[in-house]
Amino acid sequence: MSAERPILSVTQLNEHIRSLLDADGLLSDVCVRGELSNYKIYPSGHHYFTLKDSESSLRCVMFKSSAARLRFRPENGMSVTVFGRVSVYPRDGAYQLYCTGIMPEGVGDLQIAFEQLKEKLAAEGLFDPSHKKPLPPFPRTIAVITSSAGAAVHDMIRILGHRWPMTKVVLLPVRVQGVEAPPEIAGAIRYANEFQIADLIITGRGGGSMEDLWAFNDERVARAIYASRIPVISAVGHEPDVTISDYVADRRASTPSNAAEIAVPDQNEILELLRSYEIRSGQAMHKQLSQLKERLNSFRQKRVLTDPSASIDNRRISLDYSRDRLCAAQERILSGKRQQYVRLASALDAMSPLRVLSRGYAVAEDETGGTVKSAEQLHPGELLRLRFADGGADCRVEELLSGE
Amino acid sequence: MTEQELSFEQSLARLDEIVRHLEKGDLPLNDSLSLFEEGTGLIRRCGTMLDEAEQKVVKLKKGPDRHPQELPFEDDNA
Repeated sequence: MSAERPILSVTQLNEHIRSLLDADGLLSDVCVRGELSNYKIYPSGHHYFTLKDSESSLRCVMFKSSAARLRFRPENGMSVTVFGRVSVYPRDGAYQLYCTGIMPEGVGDLQIAFEQLKEKLAAEGLFDPSHKKPLPPFPRTIAVITSSAGAAVHDMIRILGHRWPMTKVVLLPVRVQGVEAPPEIAGAIRYANEFQIADLIITGRGGGSMEDLWAFNDERVARAIYASRIPVISAVGHEPDVTISDYVADRRASTPSNAAEIAVPDQNEILELLRSYEIRSGQAMHKQLSQLKERLNSFRQKRVLTDPSASIDNRRISLDYSRDRLCAAQERILSGKRQQYVRLASALDAMSPLRVLSRGYAVAEDETGGTVKSAEQLHPGELLRLRFADGGADCRVEELLSGE
Repeated sequence: MTEQELSFEQSLARLDEIVRHLEKGDLPLNDSLSLFEEGTGLIRRCGTMLDEAEQKVVKLKKGPDRHPQELPFEDDNA
């Protein structure tokens, strides 16, 4: 029965449905109007709610990061427009709206257009943090793209000059409101890039109504900022105003004055830094010198450890000592041997036949030179030699006498 | 002198490097002294650069050949 059809696991089926939904262009970026109900904020910071109309309902989730940007407090029963994408939550096998923004009913078309452009550009990656360029810490030239009239440009020039007068300010005057404004702003950004006019761009304007600021919610301006190789600071209106330019720019400033503060360092801080370098290098130098002095002094005190001749002297002393011990030992051995020699020599002398002979004795030798020790060895007529201490005499045996 | 070619930013980076070296205290005295001199020179030069800096502000106009032309910035607000 099921031979030709593959059997899917639940997970596989849910994944399949999810991939179908995710591939759908409409579902990836939708605006839905409805009424909020079951609104819950979880401890995780995510918001869960149901969007419903008279006949139907839709599960929605808004993650903490998106919820943080809400400018009002959503309440059950509110009529709203919700932005986001529809996808499947595989664990429950249910589709839901992953909501990135909620707008209360009754806001104007501009706000809806704003939200829609924001969704679109966000989806394209124009707001990606990875695309944002670092600002030069000490810009040489700043291109200011704004109106040459109005307080904003003067505030910026004044603050830039006060903080960091070394940076040259190049104003590219543009209109900042009206239909000509977006192409002029976008054109100036491209122009600054084309002729490499600056290493930092500030574009913006002072505060005004949403309509006044509208040029900075224009897609052409957003794309020019995104394409700029020169880092861009967006500085539009007052603190709470957020424009599309702010999202695309490498850095958002809350006001034009704030942009000038972000753009350049404060010379007082840099002078302070220079002073600290001066103090630190002076202290380090002083420390090294006093350490060297200290070491030098300790060398002076511990001559034995550091003076090479001291160690040679020590060795020489030890050598002398060894030599003395060697000589003494030699002397002891020699004198012992000498005494032994004297003892042996006198013993030898005492036993010498010559000493006996000198007392008047004589030694008889036979013809072979052997000592005659007994009369019985002798025969009459035999020759004998008698040895005295000082010579000898050859004699003949006449008669043998018996011992007495 | 190579330090004449250093930008302000490079000078600060070099100063940071010099001070770290000096603070490590493991250099021969001669090297320390010449680093100290170099650092003192850089500090003096950076200070002078800041003291003498005068902000330049110009207004840019697209010339007939599209190339930028610098004009003095006059106070349109006045």
